[in-house]
Amino acid sequence: MLETLRWVVYRDLLLAMRRRSDVLTILLFFVIVVSLFPLGVGPEPAMLRTIAPGVIWVAALLASMLALGRVFALDHADGTLEQMLLGATPLGAIVAAKVLAHWVVTGLPLVLLAPVLALQFDLPQQFLGDLMLSLLLGTPALSLIGAIGAALTLGLRGGGALLALLVLPLYIPVLVVGAGALDAAAAGLGAGAHLLLLGAFLVMAGAFAPWVAAVALRIAHE
Amino acid sequence: MLDAAGLRCVRGERTLFSGLDLTLRGGELLRIAGANGSGKTSLLRMLCGLLAPVEGSVRWQGEDIRRLREAFWSQLVYVGHANAIKDDLTAAENLAISCALHGQGGTARQLRAALERLGVAASEREPARVLSQGQRRRVALARLALSPQAPLWILDEPFTALDAGAVAIVRELIAERVARGAAVAYTTHVELDIAAAVALRIDLGAGLR
Repeated sequence: MLETLRWVVYRDLLLAMRRRSDVLTILLFFVIVVSLFPLGVGPEPAMLRTIAPGVIWVAALLASMLALGRVFALDHADGTLEQMLLGATPLGAIVAAKVLAHWVVTGLPLVLLAPVLALQFDLPQQFLGDLMLSLLLGTPALSLIGAIGAALTLGLRGGGALLALLVLPLYIPVLVVGAGALDAAAAGLGAGAHLLLLGAFLVMAGAFAPWVAAVALRIAHE
Repeated sequence: MLDAAGLRCVRGERTLFSGLDLTLRGGELLRIAGANGSGKTSLLRMLCGLLAPVEGSVRWQGEDIRRLREAFWSQLVYVGHANAIKDDLTAAENLAISCALHGQGGTARQLRAALERLGVAASEREPARVLSQGQRRRVALARLALSPQAPLWILDEPFTALDAGAVAIVRELIAERVARGAAVAYTTHVELDIAAAVALRIDLGAGLR
């Protein structure tokens, strides 16, 4: 079974490598959305420092949602998903492997880019570590929760807009706690509590989301 | 081995078939015939557990397949309408992954032998996007040459897009497998004889009822 999961992760990474443009689009989207705010709000340093964590988090959330369509749709279209449903490995485990690969391709780069973008907002250096850590814990949770939405809207017409309506409300707790982590750090309280809470979200999502998504995939194939 | 009892299939508002019983034992070959839209694919999807029957049940060695799940699927080779071929991967990679999904590893040599048997070894290293429809089908079917142990094959229109040479190869693969004691169920529109000790046939009729 581990061998199968290794193959699933390897395959998805290989496919992403051969289709680099798809991945770059999402990263550029993230960069552009974040960069729009200093232009729109104006160059007031105090204001920018205040909105920085929220803006970066919302942009990361939108970028990770934009990428969700790709998790299952392509495999659904060419019949690979059918084979995964009939595989010897439990579907929930395969979904978890796919989400992992998806996060490495679309979530991890956001975490690495975030400190660079934070410079535009004059975010003090001592908060960059907390920013990255909060995104590191938060973005995989977003990918996991999003996988449920992606599985539920599989094969539906206008699935993209529906996916946003379905998934964005579920993202709210992660957003509130994630962006709150930096506010707490800025207020001198330390981000520890928020980071622990984000970790708890991640563990919960990791334990349940793949199985829920697996059930949704089976329903989508009936 | 595979028993279906009282299967009923409803698509939209139409009942495609109802009260369908079938038994398929090792060494038997079952051909499901019928017009377009008569429910052949739906029946195959029910037999492999992708589609839940409205009524009736499918049993594998006496146990409901919806309860057996992975234990049943690990015995099954299903080749559907869709080839499950990724355009960006090479033929060899596609085959390796489809084997890995079913928990059967294959060495590079075995994979190559399977592709050779289906006559697509020459394009082993090219991305599948440059392959023709028939060649893609051959790559998808190469899994048959790599599944010598699976006791149940379910094939949906295996011969579509294949040329005469490939049809003969696949026919031979099926006949070999049946002779070794596996059960094979397939649908096709091509009239052809596959050598088998017991060849069953189910006709789903014209479809519009």
